[in-house]
Amino acid sequence: MTDIFDIYLLEAVVNGILLGGVLALLALGLNLIFGVIDVTWICYAELVMIGMYGMYYLVQVFGLPYYVAAPFTILLVAGLGALLHLLVIAPLLSAPPINQLLATGGVLFVLQSFATVAFGIDFRNLGIRMPVLKLFDMHFSYSRLLAFVAALIGMTLVYFFMKKTYIGTAIRAISQDRQIMALMGVDTRRIYLITSALGGALAGLASCLLVLQYDIHPFVGLSFGPITFLIVVLGGLGNFVGGFVAAFVFAQIISLGGLFSDLEWGYVLAFAFFIVMMFIRPAGLLARRS
Amino acid sequence: MLELKSIDAGYGTFQALFGVSLDVKAGEAVGVIGPNGAGKTTLMRVISGLIRPRNGSISMEGTDVLKTPMHRIVSLGIAHVPENRRLFPRLTVEDNLKMGAFMPEARARFAERLEFVFDLFPRMKERRHQMAGTMSGGEQQMCAIGRALMSDPKLLLLDEPSAGLAPVVVQQVFELVKRIRSGGLTVLIVEQNVQQVLKVVDRAYLLEAGSIRASGSSEEMLANDSIRQAYLGV
Repeated sequence: MTDIFDIYLLEAVVNGILLGGVLALLALGLNLIFGVIDVTWICYAELVMIGMYGMYYLVQVFGLPYYVAAPFTILLVAGLGALLHLLVIAPLLSAPPINQLLATGGVLFVLQSFATVAFGIDFRNLGIRMPVLKLFDMHFSYSRLLAFVAALIGMTLVYFFMKKTYIGTAIRAISQDRQIMALMGVDTRRIYLITSALGGALAGLASCLLVLQYDIHPFVGLSFGPITFLIVVLGGLGNFVGGFVAAFVFAQIISLGGLFSDLEWGYVLAFAFFIVMMFIRPAGLLARRS
Repeated sequence: MLELKSIDAGYGTFQALFGVSLDVKAGEAVGVIGPNGAGKTTLMRVISGLIRPRNGSISMEGTDVLKTPMHRIVSLGIAHVPENRRLFPRLTVEDNLKMGAFMPEARARFAERLEFVFDLFPRMKERRHQMAGTMSGGEQQMCAIGRALMSDPKLLLLDEPSAGLAPVVVQQVFELVKRIRSGGLTVLIVEQNVQQVLKVVDRAYLLEAGSIRASGSSEEMLANDSIRQAYLGV
């Protein structure tokens, strides 16, 4: 009896790690936008939702193979991110933060309503059934393994982009001293636009991966949007490493909580953990002590 | 090289500069001295484009600086070492220097410029992988000057390079300014440390309450009675 229990525990832990990879990817995109532009995209998960519909139409309607559709979707959502910046954020850059928050909140409802009108409320899926990997008595779906690996690759690419390129260095610098960027010859508007497209591209990648695990409907963003925000806040807004760590902490709580009871209880535990942590470490897990 | 004509500038309803005119010729080192709040930093910010003046004109080698987009002014050959250094504290020394070479013209010559800066400041080479914010004030000042030199400027704007530094480090900074000058670079330097700055510049302007009150060669300024009384304490 204890043997079987242990193998289930191990399975839950591994599934938690796999989930953590995708959550970390979502958190990175949101952190990037917040860290650089100082704006929170409340509608971030809805960009992912649009990307999932993009995948659905490219694969199911236009008949493209999954791996051909994915780059198009990433580009599409990157474009959406840039558009969101140009149309909504850029005009509000010097507005009070609450206005920016409300504006992106408005975009959330616009996107949800748009999806409802344009695509209907039917649940859709790609019709791709990925096999399940059996290891001893444990089961891991290939869709989760693929999502984990692709998320890690995506995050590694972003890491090297940030470390090695001039634009990436400017993205890291801009959050440390906004005013003097012009002295370096940096056009901050251009950096903001590139960052928004990059954040969008990460949402696009996430949508390619999540579409293998979730059915697509206009409100699917609610399945992972709130949890992404909690992760980003727990990690400390704008703190990339903190967000990465918090994603895996949350994923384990959800996965292990789901093992001992229903999956919903995993989320209850995760949100309760978040509330407690906000009292203990309000500035985030890895906040610098001042 | 640089010419300012009757510049009015300020922040909101506060006016900091009233009809300031000055010029800097190629190869010169020019100082702007004056008390706290005289508008010295505003003057520097107007030249490098961080704030735009309300009236007046600025030209750099015949180019209208006020018609140049803010982020292109460094491409005209103007590099500004801002007050309080303003390094990126959580970037390494090398990444800070990299930011100084951000514009395309400078990127192409990054390796060459990096070597130049490391020759000038061997200490920066030792600390290249260290976070800039963890260095001492003097080292940070070197890094800030190095960052400005990465763009291979013709004109270097130095805003209070001695502020907040220990006296022995202040000496080193002024020695450094002399060395940079001898390399043919034109320098405009703003300082409260009047005694020291007049030793390294050819000419100086006295800025008080937003207006130029006096100007002349370093010797003339040192001999000026009111300057001696107000700033040199003799």
